[in-house]
Amino acid sequence: MIGKWLDIGPVTQIEPGTARTLPVDGGEEIAVFRTMTGDCYALVNKCPHKQGPLSQGIVHGAVVTCPLHNWNISLKTGEALGDDKGCVPTIPLKVDAGRMFLLREAVMGHASGAKAA
Amino acid sequence: MNAPQNFDRGGRERLVVIGNGMAGCRAVEELLARDPEGFEITIFGAEPRVNYNRIMLSPVLAGEKQFEDIVINSAEWYADNGITLVSGDPVERIDRETQTVIAASGRSEPYDRLIVATGSDPFIIPVPGKDLPGVVTFRDLDDVEKMLAAADAGGPDGKAGRAVVIGGGLLGLEAAHGLSLRGMKVTVVHLMPTLMERQLDEAAGWLLKEELERRGQTILTGADTESILEADGHVAGIRLKDGREIPAELVVMAVGIRPSTTLAKLAGIEVERGIVVDDHMVTSDPAIMAVGECVQHRGTCYGLVAPLWDMCRSLADFLVNQPTGYAGSVTSTKLKVSGIDLFSAGDFSGSDGSEDIVMRDAARGVYKRVVVRDSRVIGAVLYGDTGDGSWYFDLLKKGEDISDIREALIFGQAFAMGGALADPNAAVAALSDDAEICGCNGVSKGQVVACIAGGAHSLDAVRSGCKASASCGSCTGLVESLLALTLGGDVKSGPKTMCKCTSFTHDDVRRLILEKELRAIPQVMQELHWTTPDGCASCRPALNYYLLCAWPGEYEDDQKSRFVNERLHANIQKDGTYSVVPRMWGGLTNPKELRAIADAAEKYGARTVKVTGGQRIDLFGIHKEDLPAIWADLNAAGMVSGHAYGKALRTVKTCVGSEWCRFGTQDSTGLGVKIEQATWGSWMPHKFKIAVSGCPRNCAEATIKDFGVICVDSGYELHVGGNGGIHLRGTDLLTKVETEEQAMEMCAAFIQFYREDAHYLERTASWIERVGIESVRLRLADPEEVRKLAARFRISQKYSQHDPWAERARGKRADLHAHIAQVRPLQMEPAQ
Repeated sequence: MIGKWLDIGPVTQIEPGTARTLPVDGGEEIAVFRTMTGDCYALVNKCPHKQGPLSQGIVHGAVVTCPLHNWNISLKTGEALGDDKGCVPTIPLKVDAGRMFLLREAVMGHASGAKAA
Repeated sequence: MNAPQNFDRGGRERLVVIGNGMAGCRAVEELLARDPEGFEITIFGAEPRVNYNRIMLSPVLAGEKQFEDIVINSAEWYADNGITLVSGDPVERIDRETQTVIAASGRSEPYDRLIVATGSDPFIIPVPGKDLPGVVTFRDLDDVEKMLAAADAGGPDGKAGRAVVIGGGLLGLEAAHGLSLRGMKVTVVHLMPTLMERQLDEAAGWLLKEELERRGQTILTGADTESILEADGHVAGIRLKDGREIPAELVVMAVGIRPSTTLAKLAGIEVERGIVVDDHMVTSDPAIMAVGECVQHRGTCYGLVAPLWDMCRSLADFLVNQPTGYAGSVTSTKLKVSGIDLFSAGDFSGSDGSEDIVMRDAARGVYKRVVVRDSRVIGAVLYGDTGDGSWYFDLLKKGEDISDIREALIFGQAFAMGGALADPNAAVAALSDDAEICGCNGVSKGQVVACIAGGAHSLDAVRSGCKASASCGSCTGLVESLLALTLGGDVKSGPKTMCKCTSFTHDDVRRLILEKELRAIPQVMQELHWTTPDGCASCRPALNYYLLCAWPGEYEDDQKSRFVNERLHANIQKDGTYSVVPRMWGGLTNPKELRAIADAAEKYGARTVKVTGGQRIDLFGIHKEDLPAIWADLNAAGMVSGHAYGKALRTVKTCVGSEWCRFGTQDSTGLGVKIEQATWGSWMPHKFKIAVSGCPRNCAEATIKDFGVICVDSGYELHVGGNGGIHLRGTDLLTKVETEEQAMEMCAAFIQFYREDAHYLERTASWIERVGIESVRLRLADPEEVRKLAARFRISQKYSQHDPWAERARGKRADLHAHIAQVRPLQMEPAQ
């Protein structure tokens, strides 16, 4: 039996102000962000606009700017900020003893198989 | 200090407290205040002393206080209240069946109610050498005594001893301060890039670092400890993961605390991160309660003292059957380092819908940031002037609507609550004529008003007219208020600011970076009063470029401030894959290179192979994780990065020139190769293209390039400012020269002029239209200027002509390309 949280490794793997990617077999790739102040967030790695890889955007505050068309996406809610409208799914993330954990069902929830079911 | 053994219980409940620290004793105090007679109390303490104020250990270490000063409850207090104190005898077991606790000595004590207040343990990072003599934590008086002994002993050569403090949080910095005051040479090693990152934002953290360094401490951020070094069975220093070694006779680990839950776990009480309690501090066992740093309440564990007081109140209320319930605490922090004022409260990490109000006064070293959401204060960070900390904290806790005082909120309580003064314009109107507005240039309100009355109807006009707000800019808001007051609605909007994070223009920022010798992004943001904590996607890349251009070889490139193309040295495409362009000097290639390109295209599944407008070959559809490998292959065939992705020199397009063409007048291909070899790798305000045509037929289309050369019989025509982009623009003729050397020199000078003068993301075409071709010609007509500019360009090139692909192919910054982990269905669904 595996717990409901997936261990994805130590926080120190992500330089503050950047993100890293987590591919999910049969599901949506996830982007794991760490802000300059050290907070961690996870989003599906697709801008709600034209599916740009948010993991490659510039992170400022708790916001990432999509590298394709500069939409600003909130890391906390996944919502597009400013005049843009759209939302990308967020994945609950917790940090414990320096390691990051993602909520399993949320990771799976964006697996294409789960959607079809 | 023991209570009489034959104390008559008289039907009173037996209350046992495990933990003689701040929480345990406070709980008892609260209880005694409500019901002095209701309980027979026994307190177990692991430390062999009475209850003292642990948060005051820092001043004891710093020599500002003695142990006696920080004792909370003396032996008399225990006796007077009939409390049995069992000190120096830690509890080892709780027997819930028989409701008894058993201590190390074998002593057992029955209870009707039990309070667990075991606090927390310092976190020890599991590195080799952690158990060596000379490695200490910073938790209790014993630790302080060990540190003081090390400070007194001095170093091996009789000089002051050296200490390394691992952890740049609250505790670590207080330890470092104390040791530093005791005469030790202290190095603080912090994993994160910002000191006290849980309490401070980047800007405040930077100010704190500067101040501590000024005081002689060495602060290493982003430093990961690999191991603790040993010599003669004693600690000798530490080694960082990057290989640096720091010698020291004392190593203090102050990286954090974790709830002390072993006892509770053994007893089978529900424990997650801490001992789980409800709003009345009751654990999963109704007879057992818990308070302090060992508990987890509504998912939160606290490491500060204020929540502890709240918990103890709720616990006592519950015990006397008047339950009030604890709803969690909002916490605030101050750093107890003398002479450094620092306050932090609530949420300042910048959440949705929250707005930042930021004030920076570089001259006074003051930084204030108040975070507001829905007209309520939700967080505050103050550095340098914390006088209003308690006021902001009060607003925060009460959740008061601040819409009415918002304009003046950042100026503090006195200003914001001053009735009529709540309008900042009114406050400025109330100033006397000789009140100083601009401290840098000594300009009074009267002078500014006179300047405005004299026709300066915009901020910029005031800046050039009377110099107010022209230096550090901290008085910009005041000047704007004066403009509004004096002119009513007639204020002319000034030139466009760099972005919403600053009131300065690109020109101002570039000028001030040089004038004030600003050498890092957080420093620019602090000194120039950025209104956001760490900028935005627009100013970060611009600042990175400006610093890179201003301080070649010195400024360390900030990858996270670069657009993805420059960070990954490849072009992102609409489907999230990348394209890769190897450099082909002057457009020349050979069979070996073509073969390598073809092999790479096949091996890495390039879906499209395209000849670019700049005469290079573009491989499309490469995946991020394959980039280092394809670069390694192309490097192996002798090719380097074409920078086709960068705000940088892209290509030098050529025709075949005199070698083959019957009209060619000069060796245009040869010159193109030379120019490309001199200019490649150079970062620019925008992409930069060059072409060399061998005759006026202009087959290389040199007249729509940023820098174009047209070879003619008598020499070389040099053209600038062309652009084939959205706004097609033909070049202006800059000048004509006779030799290749002169053409190359002028090219270097022109590029450097553009690099130093243009705004970030401004092509040469729009730059020249803004500043005028005449001013460019004038500057470059002066041979001395040309020589100086070209020399500066060459210096800068010394530091930029290294192939970024080769570095990455060798494994540098592999984290930018590799996934953090991989999730496979099997891992997720082991049951299936």
